[in-house]
Amino acid sequence: MTAYLEARRLVTSFGSTPALRGADLAVAAGEIVAVLGPSGSGKSTLLHCLGGLLRPDAGEVHLDDLRIDTLDDRARTQLRRTSIGVLLQYGQLVPELTAEENVALPLLFGRRGRAEALAAGRTWLERLGVADVGAQRPGQLSGGQQQRVALARALVTEPRLVLADEPTGALDSVAAEQVMELLTGVARQSGTTVVLVTHDLRVASYADREVVLRDGQIVGAAVVGAGIA
Amino acid sequence: MSTPIAVLGLLQSGPRHGYDLKREHDARFPLAKPLAFSQVYSTLGRLERDGLVEVTEQQAGDGPDRTLFGITEAGRQHLRDWVVEPEPPAPHVANVLFTKLVVARLGGSDGSAYLDVQRTAHLSRMRELTEERRSGDTATALGADYALFHLEADVRWLETTLARLDTLDQGAQL
Repeated sequence: MTAYLEARRLVTSFGSTPALRGADLAVAAGEIVAVLGPSGSGKSTLLHCLGGLLRPDAGEVHLDDLRIDTLDDRARTQLRRTSIGVLLQYGQLVPELTAEENVALPLLFGRRGRAEALAAGRTWLERLGVADVGAQRPGQLSGGQQQRVALARALVTEPRLVLADEPTGALDSVAAEQVMELLTGVARQSGTTVVLVTHDLRVASYADREVVLRDGQIVGAAVVGAGIA
Repeated sequence: MSTPIAVLGLLQSGPRHGYDLKREHDARFPLAKPLAFSQVYSTLGRLERDGLVEVTEQQAGDGPDRTLFGITEAGRQHLRDWVVEPEPPAPHVANVLFTKLVVARLGGSDGSAYLDVQRTAHLSRMRELTEERRSGDTATALGADYALFHLEADVRWLETTLARLDTLDQGAQL
């Protein structure tokens, strides 16, 4: 199976501290892959390189037929707005906006009309079981509700790739389970590719397969698409 | 799991034939090893001997399936006592995972290769359990959850131990 998302020999350092030392990762279209590894192994750095948030010092990142690590800032931002959804540990919702407005935000940035963007936001909130909190601000929501709103925001542009960094790290077991059921359920239904960084094995068990990052390198050989039919 | 306790527990809601007990046991404890018919009847025999169950109906004909067993008051009291009694935490570490790590270390390995293959094996089973929890009934979901937490604990322990090995090596031999 060919790779939809591929990182080749990624090298990244923060000052004199190396984070990635030649990391390779290949993910098939529609595949859900969990990246495991101890703290400081480079998991989040790898995810940031895959999403074009960070330019590696060396190596290449390919998304479909596009090499993204050499794109300029504007092109990478555009790519993230249209093709990549990002879900972080604490949701990172804008506290002054309602849940509905938070979900609509990526569409508004993409110059979609306000009414259309808010309608899409409502649709996604409903799909993820939190339609009733649309008018509330993040501070009024539980952690699980906030993360569902953040998930709706990551999915509202119907991205081909979702990158999730410890998406359940701030949630209790039951709320974490609900978020993972929703994330993987939507991804499998729509054929969305997901790369998921986690230290939680129960979260990783929702993925098709896992890879382990140790000292900035992926350990062992990974077969692309091995976990999906 | 204690088979006599499980059998007594199933009889709380009314008398059963041995066949029904086997079927209900396997449905209530779907991720446990299925009960053999012979085990059901030998267990019922011991429970009857101890006064915890009794024959409530004996239908005409041959074979043990003609016999209906019910729980006695002594059996109900036994269950009430058992349910509220705390289980002693395991006093000894006698797990094959622990033994493998020690043996790997004794052979000069740092144990990380073993951790990687064990994590892969555990995660493979965890994926199956996650799917079973999603698609199964309540009993299956409860059993899957229990197994998932324990498998996760195994790997977390392995990872923590390996992360500590450098420090441990300086003070004592593992």
